[in-house]
Amino acid sequence: MKPLDHTRMPRVSGAPDPVISVSGLSKTYASGFQALRNVDLEIRRGEIFALLGPNGAGKTTLISIICGIVNPSTGTVMADGHDIIRDYRPARTKIGLVPQELTTDAFESVWATVSFSRGLFGKPANPAYIEKILKDLSLWEKRNTKIMALSGGMKRRVMIAKALSHEPKILFLDEPTAGVDVELRRDMWNMVRGLRENGVTIILTTHYIEEAEEMADRIGVINKGEIVLVEDKDVLMRKLGKKQLTLHLQAPLAALPAALQSEYLQLSADGAELIYTFDAQSEETGIATLLRRLNEHGIDFKDLHTSESSLEDIFVSLVRGRP
Amino acid sequence: MNFYGIKAIYLFEMARTWRTLMQSIASPVISTSLYFIVFGSAIGSHMAKIDGVSYGAFIVPGLIMLSLLTESISNASFGIYMPKFTGTIYEILSAPISAIETVIGYVGAAATKSVIIGTIILFTARLFVDFSIEHPVWMVAFLVLTSVTFSLFGFIIGVWADSFQKLQVIPLMIVTPLAFLGGSFYSINMLPPFWQKVALFNPVVYLVSGFRWSFYGVSDVDVGISLGMTMVFLLICLAAIWWIFRTGYKIKA
Repeated sequence: MKPLDHTRMPRVSGAPDPVISVSGLSKTYASGFQALRNVDLEIRRGEIFALLGPNGAGKTTLISIICGIVNPSTGTVMADGHDIIRDYRPARTKIGLVPQELTTDAFESVWATVSFSRGLFGKPANPAYIEKILKDLSLWEKRNTKIMALSGGMKRRVMIAKALSHEPKILFLDEPTAGVDVELRRDMWNMVRGLRENGVTIILTTHYIEEAEEMADRIGVINKGEIVLVEDKDVLMRKLGKKQLTLHLQAPLAALPAALQSEYLQLSADGAELIYTFDAQSEETGIATLLRRLNEHGIDFKDLHTSESSLEDIFVSLVRGRP
Repeated sequence: MNFYGIKAIYLFEMARTWRTLMQSIASPVISTSLYFIVFGSAIGSHMAKIDGVSYGAFIVPGLIMLSLLTESISNASFGIYMPKFTGTIYEILSAPISAIETVIGYVGAAATKSVIIGTIILFTARLFVDFSIEHPVWMVAFLVLTSVTFSLFGFIIGVWADSFQKLQVIPLMIVTPLAFLGGSFYSINMLPPFWQKVALFNPVVYLVSGFRWSFYGVSDVDVGISLGMTMVFLLICLAAIWWIFRTGYKIKA
C-alpha cells in the first residue's frame, strides 16, 4: 500500500476510508472525573496523526479506550471496520500500542518478551520477523539480555518491538519520546516514517509540538476531554501561521502616521518597533510597498527581522482561548 | 479461539516456574520432607493405626493436599497480581484474547505447577513411608481437580489484591488454618462430636477425605460428597471469575 499524500486530499469531513472512527465517545471514571466528552474523530488510512493536548486532556484515555484497556461510558469506536467491543478480536489484531509508561517484565529476555507479545496477539511464531524488528530497533545485540538490565531508552525500544511483534496495521504511540534522548528520538521518527511507507497508520500523542510539526500529516488538538480541532498540519500552519516583519526604528515614533494606519501594521508600546503581519504564502506580501511608504514618510530603521509563528504558538492560543 | 495467545501466557507462566525452580519446587519438597521426618517417622512410629492405615501413610494424602492448596493459590494469585502491579497487564487487555482464554493460560500454568509439585511430594513421601494407591485414576482426578479449583481461587485473590499484603492475607489467615484443621494430620472422627459437626463446614475436609479415599479406600465423609463439594467450590470460583471479567472489576477502568 502506498502512503497517501494528504496535502492533496480534499478536506472534507469524513474521509472516504477511515481506519479508525470514533463517534460520540465519552468517559466518566468511577471517581466522577469526566475524561472525554462526546468525542468524534476519524483517522485516515496510512496517515500519521498527532494528538496534541496538555497533561490531563484525555489523550491517554482516548487511546486506552480504542485499545481495549478502558471501557467507554458511551459511544462507539470502529477500527478497520470492526467494532472494538463487539468485534474485538479482529479489531485488536490490527492494533499495536506503545504505552506511555515503561511497563515491562523484568526477568524475561528481550527475545522472550517480544515473542510472547506476538503469541498473545494470536500470531504463530515467526523468528525471522522478530529478528528483523529487533535489528531495526538496534536491539539485536541485546536479545538475550534480561529486560531489567536495560537502560530506559532500550526499554522504550523493547516496548515498541512488542507493539510491532504482531504486524499491526494501526500503531498507537502514547508520548513516544517523553524522556528519550536525541538519538533515540531521531531513530523513532525514522522508524515511524518507515512504518508509514509500509502502509501502517500511526497515531501519536505528544506534548512536544516540534514532534507533531516534524512528523504529522494531520493534527488533532484535545483539551479538557474535547477535540478542539482537527486539521491537516500544512493547512493549520498556513491558516493560523502568520509571519511577522519587525522593524527596529532609528528614532521612536509617538504614533503611526494616519496614512500608514492598517490592521496589519502595529507600533510597539515604546514606539521603537514596527510590526507588520503578513501571509508568507501569498504572492504579494506587501513588504516592498511598506518599505517604500515608510521611506516616503521619512521613517528610518536600523534593523529588521522576520519570524514565523510555530505550531506551539497556535496550540497555546487554541488551548488558552478556551474556558 | 486464540490458541497462540493461551500458549503464550501458559509458557510465560511456566518459564517463571522454571526460573524460580528453587522456591517453586524445592521448598515445598523440603518442607514436606520435614513433616514426614517429624510426624511420619519420629512421632508416627508411636501412633496407633488410623482406619487400619499406619500414621506415616495416613498423612501422605493430607500433606499433598496441603501443598496443592497453598501452591495453587500462591502461584495463580502471584501470576495475575504481578502484571497488575507492574502495569504489563495493559498488553493482555489490549490483546485479541478473551477472558476465558486468559484464565486458561494463567490457571492452567498454575495448576500444572501444582500437579508437578504434588507428584514430586508423592514420590518424596514414598522414600519415607510405605503406602499404596487403591484408586489411581481417582487419585489423579482429585489431584487435578483440586489444583484447578484452587488455582482459580488464587486467580481471584490475585485480581482482588491491590497490595502484596492482601496477596498474603487470605492464604495465611484462612487457607492455612482450614488446611491444618481439615484433617491433614488426623481423621475428623478423632474429634469430639461437636467439633466433628463444625469440621463439616470446612471445605478442605472434603478434599482431604476424598483424596485419602483414593489412596486407602477409607474416608471421613462419603467420596461422592467429597467430589460434589469440590465441584461446588469449582463452580463458585468460575462464577466469580465470570463476574470479574464481565464487570472489569479491579482490572479495567
